[in-house]
Amino acid sequence: MAATEFAPWEDPQAKPLICFRNVTKRFGEFTAIDNVSLDIYAQEFFALLGPSGCGKTTMMRMLAGFENVTEGIIELDGADVGDVPPNKRAVNMMFQSYALFPHLTVWENIAFGLRRAKIPADDLTNRVEEMLKLTRLERFASRKPHQISGGQRQRVALARSLAKAPKLLLLDEPLGALDKKLRQETQFELMDIQEKTGTTFVIVTHDQEEAMTVASRVAVMDEGNLMQVATPDRIYETPNSVYVADFIGDVNLFKGTAKPVGEDQYQINWVESLPPLNATSSLPLNDGQSCHLAIRPEKVAINAEKPDDAVNAVQGKVVDIAYLGNLSTYYVELPDGTVIKAQTANTRRISRRSFTWEDPVWLSWTATAGVLLDS
Amino acid sequence: MMRLSWFNVVSLTFGFVFLYLPMIILVIYSFNKSKLVTVWAGFSTKWYGELLQNEAFLNAAWVTLKVAVISSTFATILGTMAAYVLVRSGRFFGRTLFSGMIYAPLVMPEVITGLSLLLLFIGIGMDRGVMTVVLAHTTFSMCYVSVVVSSRLFTFDQSLEEAALDLGCSPAQAFRLVTLPIIAPAVISGWLLAFTLSLDDLVIATFTTGPSATTLPIKIYSAVRLGVSPEINALSTLMIAVVTVGVILASLASKRNVAKMRQEEIAAVRAE
Ligand SMILES: Nc1ncnc2c1ncn2[C@@H]1O[C@H](COP(=O)(O)OP(=O)(O)OP(=O)(O)O)[C@@H](O)[C@H]1O
Ligand SMILES: [Mg+2]
Repeated sequence: MAATEFAPWEDPQAKPLICFRNVTKRFGEFTAIDNVSLDIYAQEFFALLGPSGCGKTTMMRMLAGFENVTEGIIELDGADVGDVPPNKRAVNMMFQSYALFPHLTVWENIAFGLRRAKIPADDLTNRVEEMLKLTRLERFASRKPHQISGGQRQRVALARSLAKAPKLLLLDEPLGALDKKLRQETQFELMDIQEKTGTTFVIVTHDQEEAMTVASRVAVMDEGNLMQVATPDRIYETPNSVYVADFIGDVNLFKGTAKPVGEDQYQINWVESLPPLNATSSLPLNDGQSCHLAIRPEKVAINAEKPDDAVNAVQGKVVDIAYLGNLSTYYVELPDGTVIKAQTANTRRISRRSFTWEDPVWLSWTATAGVLLDS
Repeated sequence: MMRLSWFNVVSLTFGFVFLYLPMIILVIYSFNKSKLVTVWAGFSTKWYGELLQNEAFLNAAWVTLKVAVISSTFATILGTMAAYVLVRSGRFFGRTLFSGMIYAPLVMPEVITGLSLLLLFIGIGMDRGVMTVVLAHTTFSMCYVSVVVSSRLFTFDQSLEEAALDLGCSPAQAFRLVTLPIIAPAVISGWLLAFTLSLDDLVIATFTTGPSATTLPIKIYSAVRLGVSPEINALSTLMIAVVTVGVILASLASKRNVAKMRQEEIAAVRAE
């Protein structure tokens, strides 16, 4: 029996857990969220990604019940939650500012929500101990928040929001203050918790890698709008706009005009002095329509000689090399001044690397390597 | 430490003498053996002993204490509630008017406050006594409490209350379990302030009291009109002591704890 892939968003029968219907949020004149519609399904690990001030926290606060929507409806489990106060929602939020209770110890902070739920004392103690263990805070249980470090506070905030095992957990930049190793471990813990408890997570992050690692789907936001909502690989491989392509990961963008040359085949004229680029795309573009071609650096091959069978090949010289340990990024300048990034895996030692500064090189890529974007 | 210039030394001395010389003389003469207030006849504590025999003074002291404790407690509850509404509710209809009305008694002449309360009590036919003085003191001291508490609430991070709501508290529980413990030092210093204000109020008490409830300041004032006695000096010295202790406690509660708890709060809520 083949395991079915978890993709409720592709199932028209599936009922979303969270449903934003044409939600708009204004603060006075300022529109923070602009007519957003979004479905998030039970047991998803949903990531909100976007630049600072784009409205991520506002989305979370509306879900938790701290902000009223100006227009539109938010449904939780099929019911409009417009009039449900925060303490009556089966939602817990981890605040971007942590919001730990300064007068309580770490232990009491974590126990706070459980006490309100009137859980038997033994269960409560066990649960708190479990959370302390999970976030490795056992040694700090009796300290007050001002007596621990920033990263430890973040873990207390995480433990406090996890303790009640809510149906929906909102995490506003939960791991930002942790070092890389602890962050990765906590990411896996979160995914583990999610798998064990079936909790639905909505997480805000600035870290793309984090979003890519943990999320079932990613939403890229810009100025109160959802630019694209898709699985991490689709966001990366087939961004639907220049904004998303540019925001997620590294990309080479070529601006030009399209010329259809066959079914789903286009030639992109971009610089007069250079040959047109060939690209495959199902996008319906007219002759002469302006467009962007986006190509990830790792899809660009770098060679000393022009490869015979290359569909797209341009010559240039290496102007910079960024050594990233396992990878190297070559910055290659074309005759017209454009700089293209090409990335290769460093399988050989540095001393035996093939290219260095000022070397003339050929860059090449296939017709399907890039994504054509309407501009 | 920097050395003070002779000008600073002189002005400092002059200021302190101006402020405290009368009180120091009063305290010294309360230990005078002679019955004549102006003649020093040696050290004695006998006036303190006589004071304890004086039924009328003891009665007045008891009334004053009762009034001060009850009125400052009510004033603290009402003042804290008013401060909370003013700081938290954002804009609501009539907010400016409401806040203006809370702070108005701060600048209102006491005579006017006293007179208007007297008219009110007569108007509703209320017998004047301990009860009316308590009401009057509650009214005028709650605005002081409200000022102290609201200045603390302005710096209180609202996300703490949101976190409490998020974890299942009702708004009332969030206030009791999170807000109140954190602003407690300010509330306590508001109570102490109201307590000392009530303790030494003469004007408003005179207007609103009846024959059954003579407070200490009223008693002293009327006794002094018949001539200053060493007994009065002893009584006043005791009052100075009580008020001084109260003020010191209040400032300890507010300064040290408010600053400390504020820092702890800043630490617990990441500054963005
Ligand atoms: N209470 C408020 N009143 C007015 N404007 C607000 C309020 N809260 C948020 N905003 C504005 O709404 C926009 C979105 O804010 P939000 O906090 O959601 O951003 P964010 O995406 O979480 O940013 P960051 O990544 O920096 O946390 C911002 O421009 C912000 O200035
Ligand atoms: Mg935010």
